Amino acid sequence: MNTLEQKNRTTLIKLIGGSVLMFGFGFALVPLYDVFCEVTGLNGKVTNTGPYQGKAATNERTISVQLLATNNASMPWAFQPEQPVIKVALGESRHTAYVAFNPTQEHMIGQAVPSVSPSEAAQYLHKVNCFCFERQPLDSLESRKMPLLFVVDPELPDHIRTITLSYTLFDITPRATNASHRYTTDTIGRNTL
Amino acid sequence: MATLSSTDSIAPHHGPARGLSRWLFTTNHKDIGTLYLWFSFLMLLTGGCMALMIRAELFQPGLQLIEPNFFNQMTTMHGLIMVFGAVMPAFVGLANWMLPIMIGAPDMALPRMNNWSFWILPFAFSMLLSTLFMEGGGPNFGWTFYAPLSTTYAPPSVTFFIFAIHMMGISSIMGAINIIATILNLRAPGMTMMKLPLFVWTWLITAFLLIAVMPVLAGVVTMMLMDIHFGTSFFNAAGGGDPVLFQHIFWFFGHPEVYIMILPAFGIISEILPTFARKPLFGYASMVYATASIALLSFIVWVHHMFTVGLPLAGELFFMYATMLIAVPTGVKVFNWVATMFHGSMTFETPMLFAIAFVVLFTIGGFSGLMLAIAPADFQYHDTYFVVAHFHYVLVPGAVFAIIAGVYYWLPKWTGHYYDEKLGKLHFWCSFIGVNLTFFPMHFIGLAGMPRRIPDYALQFADFNMIASIGAFIFGFSQLIFLTVVIKTIRGGLQAPPAVWDEPKGLEWTIPSPAPYHTFSTPPEIK
Repeated sequence: MNTLEQKNRTTLIKLIGGSVLMFGFGFALVPLYDVFCEVTGLNGKVTNTGPYQGKAATNERTISVQLLATNNASMPWAFQPEQPVIKVALGESRHTAYVAFNPTQEHMIGQAVPSVSPSEAAQYLHKVNCFCFERQPLDSLESRKMPLLFVVDPELPDHIRTITLSYTLFDITPRATNASHRYTTDTIGRNTL
Repeated sequence: MATLSSTDSIAPHHGPARGLSRWLFTTNHKDIGTLYLWFSFLMLLTGGCMALMIRAELFQPGLQLIEPNFFNQMTTMHGLIMVFGAVMPAFVGLANWMLPIMIGAPDMALPRMNNWSFWILPFAFSMLLSTLFMEGGGPNFGWTFYAPLSTTYAPPSVTFFIFAIHMMGISSIMGAINIIATILNLRAPGMTMMKLPLFVWTWLITAFLLIAVMPVLAGVVTMMLMDIHFGTSFFNAAGGGDPVLFQHIFWFFGHPEVYIMILPAFGIISEILPTFARKPLFGYASMVYATASIALLSFIVWVHHMFTVGLPLAGELFFMYATMLIAVPTGVKVFNWVATMFHGSMTFETPMLFAIAFVVLFTIGGFSGLMLAIAPADFQYHDTYFVVAHFHYVLVPGAVFAIIAGVYYWLPKWTGHYYDEKLGKLHFWCSFIGVNLTFFPMHFIGLAGMPRRIPDYALQFADFNMIASIGAFIFGFSQLIFLTVVIKTIRGGLQAPPAVWDEPKGLEWTIPSPAPYHTFSTPPEIK
């Protein structure tokens, strides 16, 4: 009987261990998903910011880059791109900007999160200078140009003729005051738990 | 074993305690099995009432009986209660009753934990049901509780929902641990793995699935809890999270979960068909391997629930082909069942009728699943009544019919009496006609574009919806016949011999009917 009890206990411990491990695995899926998205460009989650080191300009192909601006939920700001569609040669650096205006009576903080569509194109759209994920404080009735400098990699697959870069503007005012340390300029959108 | 048999000789008439404490403190696998089964029947009726409210509202186009928000609560609670309250506990109940007997063990390996894993459930479901009476109502975001519906836009009662899910998960995990420990450690000498009855095998594999995915479910509801109350942003895009991540984690649990609800059913059917065809099961080993491959494949197909979420082409293709691959082991099982019946001396007692209906109707549900697996076609079917028809075909005439078949099959063993065959057949035919009337038309209205989870619909869907509602009421009320049969059988009836059926195979038929309170205190001889 003793040996049976021991066997049951080992089985119990092993299986509880397995359950705990799988609980951890559920949480491990969060960073795994981010890594997976960054590698594959799934969900347009590739950040691709910083100095461009790809191929130089070629005049062989031009594509359209559509710029979209969306306000999330209750964000009251006026938010739009300077030019909605830009024709751009592959490898060429282009400057443009988004304009944001705070029409309210209060000081507010916004944050724009980018997304690229089709997601396959995300890794070829290189944002040399981008306001994404930076906190944008605006006083009442203040407006600001938020510059964007981007390059489309000449390696872009042939079947892609249009890339859509969409920014969604979030109101992070209440959070930014409570937990301002959480959003630093260099986070790429993962929360730091 | 020596201790057990000596206790036996000291107190040969040791039986159950009297009164309520028997059920509260019991560690006897048969008592706990009975508790599980009655609990799941109660939940079946509760979830069934919710389904009937849904069908009553959908009887005609327009809004007649209930508010849209309450309708959403009904669809959500119906799903949650049927999945976690009716189907899963019913299988655990059957496992508790039959597994120790089938492998020649005196009881479950961890009897006290067994008691605990049952008694968590009534509390979990009371808490879940109580949310319906709270301010803002109960969960109304669908049983899949996608974020942000279940986080940012959820009613305040969502926290109770989260803790109810936690409790159900703990109960399921403890049940699964117990089943694995019982099967691995308590088999009678000579009962090798490849001699195990298929119900035992399918449950062993199911229990491993439970241990692998219930913690992931606990993880995802914990993340919801943190997003709602502790300011994290797992699923909140404003903080850099991603709502699609929720769907990935949920379906990583959700797809194995649907096999958790069907594998034990495969086991029950594989017990019943050989008995009434009077032939051994065709392809025993292939059945075991097919079950194991279905379980393994279930971990790499979850994205087929989210084809329309925006995936790269390679992803759609991979998950489409992986999903279709599951049809191979499932096909092996269906063909084995048909081959078991082929040239058998079949008789059509109630359990056999339910088992044959299972084979036919489950296969229909499997085929509509294959249609849904085709990624380009899924864009048409996604979130329509075609999906509702598909999963109800695999869960109602699938899982639920198998449970009912199992109850009829083993009821004489449990109670010592034969059930009323006439009433049993009446129950079968009402259920069979009701279930098909309810769910078959849903294929058509789904293909025509009627979305699921909406309390109103366009006029052209009116006729089929009316038929479906009539079928639902027939099916729902015919379960009262089932209740009558079971109560009548407990009260009395024709005395059943140890081998209840015509030369059935298995250890459960070597012990007297009704099964004594303690069985196999001395392990049986296995040939």
